[in-house]
Amino acid sequence: MATDSIHVDIVSAEGEIFSGAAKMVFVPATEGELGITPRHAPLLSLIKAGEVRVQTPDGQEQFFFVGGGALEIQPRKVTVLADTALRAKDVDEAAALAAKQRAEEMLAGKVDRIEQAEALAELARAAAQLKFIQKLRKIKG
Amino acid sequence: MPGTKEIRAKIGSVKSTQKITKAMEMVAASKMRRAQDRMRLARPYADKIRTVIGHLNAANPDYRHPFLVERADVKNVGIIVVSSDRGLCGALNINVFKSSLLAMRDWQGKGAAVQLCLIGSKATAFFRRLKTPIAASVQGLGDKPHVKDLIGTVKVMLDAYREGKIDRLLLIHSSFINTMSQRPEVVQLLPVETLDASDLQQHWDYIYEPDSAAILDGVLMRYIESQVYRGAVENVACEMAARMVAMKSASDNAGSLIDELQLVYNKARQAAITKELAEIVGGAAAV
Repeated sequence: MATDSIHVDIVSAEGEIFSGAAKMVFVPATEGELGITPRHAPLLSLIKAGEVRVQTPDGQEQFFFVGGGALEIQPRKVTVLADTALRAKDVDEAAALAAKQRAEEMLAGKVDRIEQAEALAELARAAAQLKFIQKLRKIKG
Repeated sequence: MPGTKEIRAKIGSVKSTQKITKAMEMVAASKMRRAQDRMRLARPYADKIRTVIGHLNAANPDYRHPFLVERADVKNVGIIVVSSDRGLCGALNINVFKSSLLAMRDWQGKGAAVQLCLIGSKATAFFRRLKTPIAASVQGLGDKPHVKDLIGTVKVMLDAYREGKIDRLLLIHSSFINTMSQRPEVVQLLPVETLDASDLQQHWDYIYEPDSAAILDGVLMRYIESQVYRGAVENVACEMAARMVAMKSASDNAGSLIDELQLVYNKARQAAITKELAEIVGGAAAV
């Protein structure tokens, strides 16, 4: 029956992963796996890393791996907001720490060669300007 | 008048420079198209997540997530500046830095301290000279930024906001208007600006698993990450467009330089021939 299908969108921040009709969708929610059929009650949940299974109307099954994310269900529509990256609290924490460290390292020094060249060029320009100003002064005075 | 040989060498070197700039122009053009595609691909996610937040917000008005509450007294401001990793792209980065400096001065004028979070090596090279504290930074995202590479950097700022170390979070990046023009754009990330209730579909209540507060937290975090990601991707598109235009004008300039040099070369050659002829004629007359 044509009415017995549900529209599934699996989107991630970096692109659309799947969009199409399905008979049934299985999603790994944080509270356990959810099987979603058409006319499901509206539901919002977070999902954990695992696979999303989509049964298409022609009886085939498609698998998608998601790293986590959020899930929105409306009676005729399922939206999976998938994360592209595997995330866990400590992994995120480590990434944050790395970002802080990079900032500190950068402030501590480690001037690369291009920057050095830029600084030298700027110095030369400033010196030339100074010379010019002194010349002007001499002419005036 | 310089010798013909020197001029010829000069023409040769300008020609090889022109080859490089032309190649860079074409590379930037194709990369720009791909970056624009990625920009478009990021849109459905951001739209979807916005509606979910809207639903959540409308469903439980009594729960106010810290990310949604406007703080009366703004003492500290966090600014995320997105720049490119490489140069040779016209005034793109400088324009972003200029509007960042303006925003910084603006907030400092209001008595707020500014903390920076820098994305891209051009931003780090520029802002390390200032005395503004830098909370986090990331470089080398390449032409295809990934959300994964941004999570840590964004988390530093989100944590700072949660802990009250900053009261407002801004994002400054170049926004892509068209190939010829890119403009720096300032977006307020936190507190999340209240969403329009009118663009929601009819309202019903959801079943929440586990509970709405936890979901809202997860969704809001992803929303902000996706906005920063979008900024980074858009910045790549801008970088490529700006580089394309810059390299095109460089190639054109090289072309006109070659034309000029060619003219000088022809004149020098002609002068040499005339001189030789005059010498021969002079010599013949002497005999």
